[in-house]
Amino acid sequence: MSHRSDIKSLIWGAILLLLAACVPLVANGYWMSIALTIAMFTVLATSWALFSGPTHYISLATAAFFGVGGYLVGTGMSDYNMGFWPMVAIAPIVGAVLAFLIGIATLRLSGVYFVIFTLGLAEMIRTLVSWIQNNFTGSRGLYVLTDLTEADIYIYLVILAAAVYLAGWWVNRSRLGFALRIIGNDETVARHVGINTATSKVILFTFSGFVAALVGALIAPRYTYIEPNGVFSPELSFIVVIMALLGGTGRLWGPIVGVIPFALLQEFINANYSNYSTLVMGIAFLVIVYFLPKGVVGRIEQALATRRRSTW
Amino acid sequence: MLKTVFKAVAIAASASLLAFSAQAADVIKIGQVAPKSGPLAGGAAVTQWPNVELWSKQVNAAGGLNVGGKKMMVEIIEYDDKTNPGEHIKAAQRLAEVDKVDFIIAPYGTGFNLAAAPIYAKYGYPQIGVSAISDKMPELTARYDNLFFTLGNTTSFTESVVEILSDMRAAGTIGNRVAMVNVADAFGIELAEAARPRMKEAGFEIVYDKSYPLGTPDLSPIIKGAKDSNPDAFVAWSYPPDTFGLTEQAIIQDLDVKMYYTAVATCFPAFKGKFGSKVEGVFGAGGVNQDSARIQEYFKAHQEITGKAADGWASANTYVSLEILGQAIEGAGTLDRKVVTQYIKDNTFDTIMGPISFEGQISNKFWTVGQWQDGKFRGVKSSQMDGAAPIVVKDGWN
Repeated sequence: MSHRSDIKSLIWGAILLLLAACVPLVANGYWMSIALTIAMFTVLATSWALFSGPTHYISLATAAFFGVGGYLVGTGMSDYNMGFWPMVAIAPIVGAVLAFLIGIATLRLSGVYFVIFTLGLAEMIRTLVSWIQNNFTGSRGLYVLTDLTEADIYIYLVILAAAVYLAGWWVNRSRLGFALRIIGNDETVARHVGINTATSKVILFTFSGFVAALVGALIAPRYTYIEPNGVFSPELSFIVVIMALLGGTGRLWGPIVGVIPFALLQEFINANYSNYSTLVMGIAFLVIVYFLPKGVVGRIEQALATRRRSTW
Repeated sequence: MLKTVFKAVAIAASASLLAFSAQAADVIKIGQVAPKSGPLAGGAAVTQWPNVELWSKQVNAAGGLNVGGKKMMVEIIEYDDKTNPGEHIKAAQRLAEVDKVDFIIAPYGTGFNLAAAPIYAKYGYPQIGVSAISDKMPELTARYDNLFFTLGNTTSFTESVVEILSDMRAAGTIGNRVAMVNVADAFGIELAEAARPRMKEAGFEIVYDKSYPLGTPDLSPIIKGAKDSNPDAFVAWSYPPDTFGLTEQAIIQDLDVKMYYTAVATCFPAFKGKFGSKVEGVFGAGGVNQDSARIQEYFKAHQEITGKAADGWASANTYVSLEILGQAIEGAGTLDRKVVTQYIKDNTFDTIMGPISFEGQISNKFWTVGQWQDGKFRGVKSSQMDGAAPIVVKDGWN
């Protein structure tokens, strides 16, 4: 990537970001809540793709870190009389430490073993949290009562998205990003050319854990009442993966191309086929997997390549 | 040819649009977001959805609600929240902004009532919460001027169970030994925690105190442990799936106690449907006055119109919340939500559960414990309700 195109993509990113930040000025409550959902999944899917895109390690741990963030804010504010912001500061650090430990322990697993482990993780943490509540802290329902509106939370998430994009942009240009791409192509080769594969993977996995926990913490006031079963719902992990794959993980801006249409589709289905939403959603998944295996971005690039070839 | 067809379609469409908008003026749009899928869907299918159907059909069959001298039909707009708070919030916003409903029916589940409260408060919808039990009610009602609670709080549920234990001990039916178990989830943990000190204070010995994770498929070790502790009474702060699971094991292993209590869903018709005559004497959360003529009439209408039996607890409360909403709209004589909310705060409502009024947006009339007696789930302990049945002593699983 040349220096000029780097600058160009940064400028483009900044413009889009400013546009995104203007949404609360024009949107009513309804569109605000959709925009907030889109912002939340954009951050989650993009940070997910930063790790899983180049390495091809499919992580289903998003719900685990997201849940840790939401739960910490809930328990901190309800059980320990902490303020919202101190908990928002603590939550991502806990998420990152957790991801780091899990990364060290499991990133030697590859392929399906890693997927299964991460799937079990959210469930394991949920059970652990229930066990702690049951035996030590007790539970009085976790209330997150703040004066934050959906528009406030949306702006925080847009800022976070900007940070994630910058981080991703930097990683792609760095030796770390190069190392990750080689790992994704052939991990044995990567090791043989002297790349510390474990360290590279753990760094990115930790980052995605940090971001997911931060999102979980920031979004907690929206739900007001935190239940472990809600915040650790494994469904979240799957939706993040599907959105990112729909967009395409080869480019930094890929996931958002998946998040926006998917969120709108989901909204359309829920609004119009409320009684069949699960069924229609399932059919939508099948269509995506069959017709867009490399995501929307892959399709666009394929189309561009064909056009270029035909003009030559 | 095509043009003529197009024209005809256009005319027909605009005509029907006109007809629709003329009709729309006489309709009160009422929104409901509740689970039709996900973990809470089963409970909502018993307690929430049938009452929405029943009430709206009854109101419309009577020609609608009388709003300031004009009869208006009600139209229900319903969405599935999939037992997911994020989905619920989006759907609530959709009701307010897109469908522009006049009123809403409160959600199903504590978490959902609280997640939706800021939205409904913003648009000024009175939210008469039923399936929402919290010990933070005063703080929440202070925060949300439009939020009402009707089903009680955790403290009164545990206190009533301890009262029953004390009554039975005073009568010499049971001794001091209580086996207590709970599901390791918010509500179950909270109730167990509230019960422990109260039982000890009342002089009971908790001889077995165990929890199990939500969704545990095999509860036989729990019942075995309880049985081995040789208790006089068994109390389970349980959820729907484990209420069934524990009782099944208690029957299989013949946990022979004089006092057997399981919490949520004991009052469901399906509980009796599954265990038949064996439910006799079983205590559970909730209750209803089976002898009240108005309740009997309600049960009959529920069965006839929805094809389902009402449960022995929150079904009636849910219907009452709809009666209150309807009466408040008629009483206020307007669709202005502010006026209707104020009307709910200031007045007493004539419901199937008797007169109901709010004190600081909280109703203190609710059942806390019921018992299966002769195939009916009767309320035996309550807060300010009339018609509590005397308790019967359980005599094995027959």
